[in-house]
Amino acid sequence: MCGIVGLYLKNEQLRPKLGSLFQPMLSEMKSRGPDSAGVAIYRDPVNGSQTKYSLAHDNVKFDWQKLGTTLASDCQCNASINQIDTHAILIADAQEPHVRTWLKQHHKGVRLVGSGSSVEIFKEVGLPDDVYSRFELEAASGTHMIGHTRMATESAVTTAGSHPFATGADLCLVHNGSLSNHNRLREQLEKAGLEFQTENDTEVAAAYMTHKIREGATLREALEQALIDLDGFYTFCVGTETGFAVLRDPIACKHAVLAETDDWVAMATEYRAIATLPGSDAANIWEPKPQTIYAWGELT
Amino acid sequence: MTTLDLQKIGLRKVNKTLQSTTTTAGEKFTVVNPMGGHAIACGLQSDIEVTIDGHAGFYCGGMNKNACITVHGHAGVGLAENMMSGTVRVTGNASQAAGATAHGGLLIIEGDASSRCGISMKGVDIVVGGSVGHMSGFMAQAGNLVICGDAGDALGDSIYEANIYVAGAVETLGSDCEEKPMDSSHVDALTELLNRAGIKVDVQKFKRYGSARTLYNFHPDNAGNY
Repeated sequence: MCGIVGLYLKNEQLRPKLGSLFQPMLSEMKSRGPDSAGVAIYRDPVNGSQTKYSLAHDNVKFDWQKLGTTLASDCQCNASINQIDTHAILIADAQEPHVRTWLKQHHKGVRLVGSGSSVEIFKEVGLPDDVYSRFELEAASGTHMIGHTRMATESAVTTAGSHPFATGADLCLVHNGSLSNHNRLREQLEKAGLEFQTENDTEVAAAYMTHKIREGATLREALEQALIDLDGFYTFCVGTETGFAVLRDPIACKHAVLAETDDWVAMATEYRAIATLPGSDAANIWEPKPQTIYAWGELT
Repeated sequence: MTTLDLQKIGLRKVNKTLQSTTTTAGEKFTVVNPMGGHAIACGLQSDIEVTIDGHAGFYCGGMNKNACITVHGHAGVGLAENMMSGTVRVTGNASQAAGATAHGGLLIIEGDASSRCGISMKGVDIVVGGSVGHMSGFMAQAGNLVICGDAGDALGDSIYEANIYVAGAVETLGSDCEEKPMDSSHVDALTELLNRAGIKVDVQKFKRYGSARTLYNFHPDNAGNY
């Protein structure tokens, strides 16, 4: 099972309502995935010298302010940090590899779940509605969001095993389906230097795309290569800085529907998740074809 | 005419009303605000007319017997699954596995149908005004699948029997599916089906496909493959 949803708002006047438009989409998919939920929201891009990091810790009382202060001092940079439940959004103007290394050395319990200029990733175990309100997303504004409701089949129900999974700067992946060659692929990617936090198949798909992009592939090329190298069932939705992309495997038995109006573009596992959007009745609605990349925004 | 608001009264009450044995022949019902909900108008047994005003979700019109169901919009996965008789019409597109395992009746999809349309069909007549996706007519056993547009990859794979008529292009034929001659009986049957569906396409454009019947029995030359 699992449910995935994506929404990009073309109409700037709707962007202050992104969180409230997306909430019923995610909520409608709870019957497909009541274990855990997660979203990536693209909002408030930082300036060119800064990077935005989405961090998570199992302990809701973790001292994020102290982390921010120490990081600023150790890395000699400006850093601001804002805690939202078990997650925190860190904005720092240090080099990203330095921050990653520093986090790994000083805070083993902190998970870096995403980074870039505008993406923020929040995910937790629990019903989608509860997760959504914990991260104060109803009132959120922004350009686009992707989300996932999980019914675990491949690995444990944990926060780390929830989607989305980051695949690079401002890139992240949600997945409906299951991969059958993820163990072999994980071994190969570990040899190439990638690190894994879980036994989750989607984390392997995300690492695979991260690896391809680091090697110089565009996202489009990484997705085309994924069609050859990933074995299993999948409908992927990939969030990018400027929109999102959708890809289904050649058999395409995992459901997916796309809809577009002058105001928005939406994807969902089922139409009922789109039905609450304004103008959905009259939207152009279609089912994405197998092994075909559908994209809104740049796939660079 | 009775109006049933799915969002107000919920699916169970809608279906309970439609499944009631106290309805009269030809009685009309309209389901409003379907919002892509699942299993709308399933298991109907009476000769009633049901209009669904909007897009339906999965398994709409499943197991239908006698009723005439029209969806004014698109329909999700498993439309008219295991239909026994009656009519199901969709004015838009249908998702995967439309008419799966259906034994009888007439299913009309005025737009396109996605993959596996008519999978394991057992006697239903399906008329698709547009095109169908890959693996349509997979393991079809009886009935007619009429495709007025194009057919995707592996049409009629592992087909037992059934007639598949295609007016447009066929991407590839599936295993054991082959083109068959169109004789006058097929032209007559196809003409009658298109008339019943209310879809106007020149019958001369169609080609007929069916089973080559080479998979019916185990072939000893294939023993090495097992």
